[in-house]
Amino acid sequence: MTAPAVAVSRARRGWRRGQSQGVGSPWRQPLAIVGVGVVVVWTLVALLAPVIAPADPIAQTSPLFLAPGAHHWFGTDELGRDVFSRVVFGTRITLPLAALLVAASMAIGSVLGGLAGLLGGAVDTVIMRIADLVFAFPGIILAMAVTAALGPQLRNAVIAVIIVSWPIYARLVRGLVLSARTSQYVLSSRLLGASSWRALLVDIRPNVAGPVLVMGALDLGNAILLLSGLSFLGLGAQPPAAEWGSMVAAGSINFDKWWISLFPGLAILTVVLAFNFVGDTLRDALDPRTARALRA
Amino acid sequence: MTFAETAAPTQPGADSDAPGTADGGPGRARTATRQGRADLLRYVARRIAIGLVLVVGTTLIAFLLTQLVPGDPAAANLGQQAINDPAAVAAFREQHGLDRSLPEQYVIYLGNLLQGDLGISQQSHRAVSTDLAEYVPATAELAFFAIVVSLLLGVTFGVVAALTRDRWPDQLLRVASLAGVSAPTFWVALIAFYVFFFKLGWSPGGGRLDPGQAAPQHLTGLYTVDALVHGQWSLFRSALGHIVLPGLVLAIYTVGMLLRFTRASVLEVVGSDYVRAARAKGLPERTVIARHILRPALVGIITVAGVAFGSLLSGTVLVENIFGWPGIGQYAFRSATNLDLPSIMGVSLVVATFYIAINIVVDVSYGVIDPRLRLS
Amino acid sequence: MTATRQTVPADQPAQTARLLEVENLTVSLPTRQGHCNAVDGVSFGIDRGAILGLAGESGSGKTMTAMAMLGLLPHGARTGGSIRLAGTELRTMSQRGLRNVRGRRIALISQDPATSLHPMLSVGTQLTEHMRHHLGLSKDAAHARAVELLTTVRIPNPEQALGHHPGVFSGGMRQRIAIASALACDPDVLLADEPTTALDVTVQAGILRLLDRLRRERGLAVLIITHDLGVLSAVADDVCVMYGGRIVERGRRAEVLGRPGHPYTRALLDALPHPETPDSALRPIPGSPPALGAIGDWCAFEPRCGLRIEACGQRRPLLNMLPGAPAAALRDAATTDASTTDASTTDVTSTSDHEAAATSEHEAACFVTAPAGAR
Repeated sequence: MTAPAVAVSRARRGWRRGQSQGVGSPWRQPLAIVGVGVVVVWTLVALLAPVIAPADPIAQTSPLFLAPGAHHWFGTDELGRDVFSRVVFGTRITLPLAALLVAASMAIGSVLGGLAGLLGGAVDTVIMRIADLVFAFPGIILAMAVTAALGPQLRNAVIAVIIVSWPIYARLVRGLVLSARTSQYVLSSRLLGASSWRALLVDIRPNVAGPVLVMGALDLGNAILLLSGLSFLGLGAQPPAAEWGSMVAAGSINFDKWWISLFPGLAILTVVLAFNFVGDTLRDALDPRTARALRA
Repeated sequence: MTFAETAAPTQPGADSDAPGTADGGPGRARTATRQGRADLLRYVARRIAIGLVLVVGTTLIAFLLTQLVPGDPAAANLGQQAINDPAAVAAFREQHGLDRSLPEQYVIYLGNLLQGDLGISQQSHRAVSTDLAEYVPATAELAFFAIVVSLLLGVTFGVVAALTRDRWPDQLLRVASLAGVSAPTFWVALIAFYVFFFKLGWSPGGGRLDPGQAAPQHLTGLYTVDALVHGQWSLFRSALGHIVLPGLVLAIYTVGMLLRFTRASVLEVVGSDYVRAARAKGLPERTVIARHILRPALVGIITVAGVAFGSLLSGTVLVENIFGWPGIGQYAFRSATNLDLPSIMGVSLVVATFYIAINIVVDVSYGVIDPRLRLS
Repeated sequence: MTATRQTVPADQPAQTARLLEVENLTVSLPTRQGHCNAVDGVSFGIDRGAILGLAGESGSGKTMTAMAMLGLLPHGARTGGSIRLAGTELRTMSQRGLRNVRGRRIALISQDPATSLHPMLSVGTQLTEHMRHHLGLSKDAAHARAVELLTTVRIPNPEQALGHHPGVFSGGMRQRIAIASALACDPDVLLADEPTTALDVTVQAGILRLLDRLRRERGLAVLIITHDLGVLSAVADDVCVMYGGRIVERGRRAEVLGRPGHPYTRALLDALPHPETPDSALRPIPGSPPALGAIGDWCAFEPRCGLRIEACGQRRPLLNMLPGAPAAALRDAATTDASTTDASTTDVTSTSDHEAAATSEHEAACFVTAPAGAR
């Protein structure tokens, strides 16, 4: 046989194979694109809030209960404040707090779950039983009790949400550490002498980081819902702060003035939906085994 | 080839792969059943024991939380008016052993709980337990309605999504379910009330019954059930009409949740050999779905149904007040906005206990469906 | 229900010579590059009471061929060619019509009885549900027939077995139950997809003997799909070897296994352990089967073939080129192949006057001469 013939057929096959491999990036999924786009827009709104907002979010300068119109796109509320400006400035409370909440829950949960998985024994039992106890309450009920006990403040609401959220990460990380610890390659690397804690962490980290970050992306939306729910109950952000949940609550008193609560609620919906679009796509992109661990 | 030739090697015994349990005869089969029942009982007992430990744990959390309250616990528990009444404060300190050590206080607290004493509500000035007893049935009715709706819609659409994987119904349902778990429940409730009651007038409005209607004679406390039992049809229709809107709003989140999970569970089953085998037998598609696909998927779905019930209970806190639904959700909402600490703790404990009980039921039904789980 | 039966009486010789006739079957699956052929111009036939073996590595299109006969292809799959059961065309039949064929006239036995029997349904349910649906049997009648079937496949204590879940049975017993389930509606054709792969060797022999007995006793046409030519050497009458969605060699069992014409068949045989010389090393086939869509109009096996010549990467070899003809003599077939590829792979008689095709049923799609006594 002659070389060119083989080369030709190789080239044809190679071309096709190369084509078939160009798949699978989660960032090419339409939902993820939409999600990232919406998050970027809201982030820009937060950064540029003073530029975008036509009015001071807490200035009571306009007539009360103006319906949406040319001057006040989203109308004015029961104190004559511009709803549009308040929604815009609301990003500056919700977005940073959501990031903070998730980062803190992730850090606390990962450390505790990692310790439980690595040390086992009594440490494992104590940490995981506490996690079980937190899971015994439906989320917002415990957060409500914690905030009520600590005092109704945004700071305490944040603490409450962290208390409710960390166990998910702890369970996830513990499970991942346990399965990574017993997996073949970690065992073999330990047999080869890499017995120190550091080596173990280096081996395990890549297996834990991905799922935890996806969990975080999925949890951003939940954190926002929980926090705004607490504010809706009057336990989070206090007046006159422009916080979306408390704005909806204010609108619920004058529910015939639909614009007061419609727009901040839409803001919550779009942000949470965007985070869930991204998180859901990321989860699908993970391998099925970890995806199952995340669902549980 | 004669019968004997082919038969000989396949005789039990000659076949190295001799039948296992099946050749043990009826005696062994009965033993196996009895063994299975004992396993199940032990499994149920263990789940209940774990549940009891968890309930005690939640009381510890509630107790510790009240300790966290800044300032005088008597003030926090009695409210601002009562604090000016020295006799009331002294009685409170005496009753809760506030001059004793923390563990002793907890024991006293547990003792009070066991007698049904959850403290006095600062709003109603009644015992929290009395308040809760009044409001629990309303929430139970609402939550039950919502969970039934959620299961029906969530499981049905979840199966549809899985069977049309990556085609347009699946894509549509994916967006819809994500929207369902992304919408703030309290806001949806408000918008729904505005549109369907205020604008369209389709919904009969807040409360459990029309104004002026008397509640049916108390039996279960669930108005729909009580009205049915007593044959009060117009009352039943009214009660049902009132429950539909808040029930559907509550169900939005849980439908989304169950839909996504059902889809995932069904997808795990649908590609399996036994489903292909069922289709290859020429069974009608509805039999394949109901008997061969849904049954194994149900194991996972039931677990999520328990979690969904928890979300429903959370949701009642945010939804009931908007619909004027006189349940523990509205009670919790008012307690939260008025910082009525004994009531909040009472609601938390009752809801947590409910939730733990539901999860025991879930675990047990799990064990009934899948015998392998009893042993773990 | 019975109407379907009567249109094609079982005992009357059909118009076509064979009970099941697959002709130039094509199955293409949707991929990112568009539709790609997973089964490419496959033809074969099975007589009543005969066993046809379909061999090849995983990914060669064997299972897809069987699924096409049942109309159970993945969503979006397209088919071409013809699948006739006693003269009735199945390829274009509606799903409704196919549901009356599946289980009733063509039954399937899957590879792994541990996964093909439903873990949560009792053996009784799984044996009787399609009987009751297809044959309209009452609960009692179906139960009685299930007992009879379990006796036929030699499950001890069939009455008790019906009440158990599949989990309590061993692998071999489960495969017997799966076979009983396949026989439940007295089908004409049995598709056995790797029926023994998941089983121990001794159990394998028992299952194969059972299949052999059943086809004789019941006049079943059996299609055994396997990657293991050793399985076929025991029972098959005819053997087709598939590679890359195409049949690369077919013929009587003794011919194909004794004088393999295609290098791929030889490679498959070399990969088998030799009972006579247990110490000789097995020779695995280097490389892996081509991906879907990676095959064009050339020999699919060319990249892995030790005997390839220039023509192998340029033209598609056809089934009627062997045996014994030297590569040079095939030039006339190779020059006409571009226009007649599909037709000529299937129908021996339509291929003009090719010396090998006219005389032998043993065909291999290869340009290269078979070295005499390759094994």
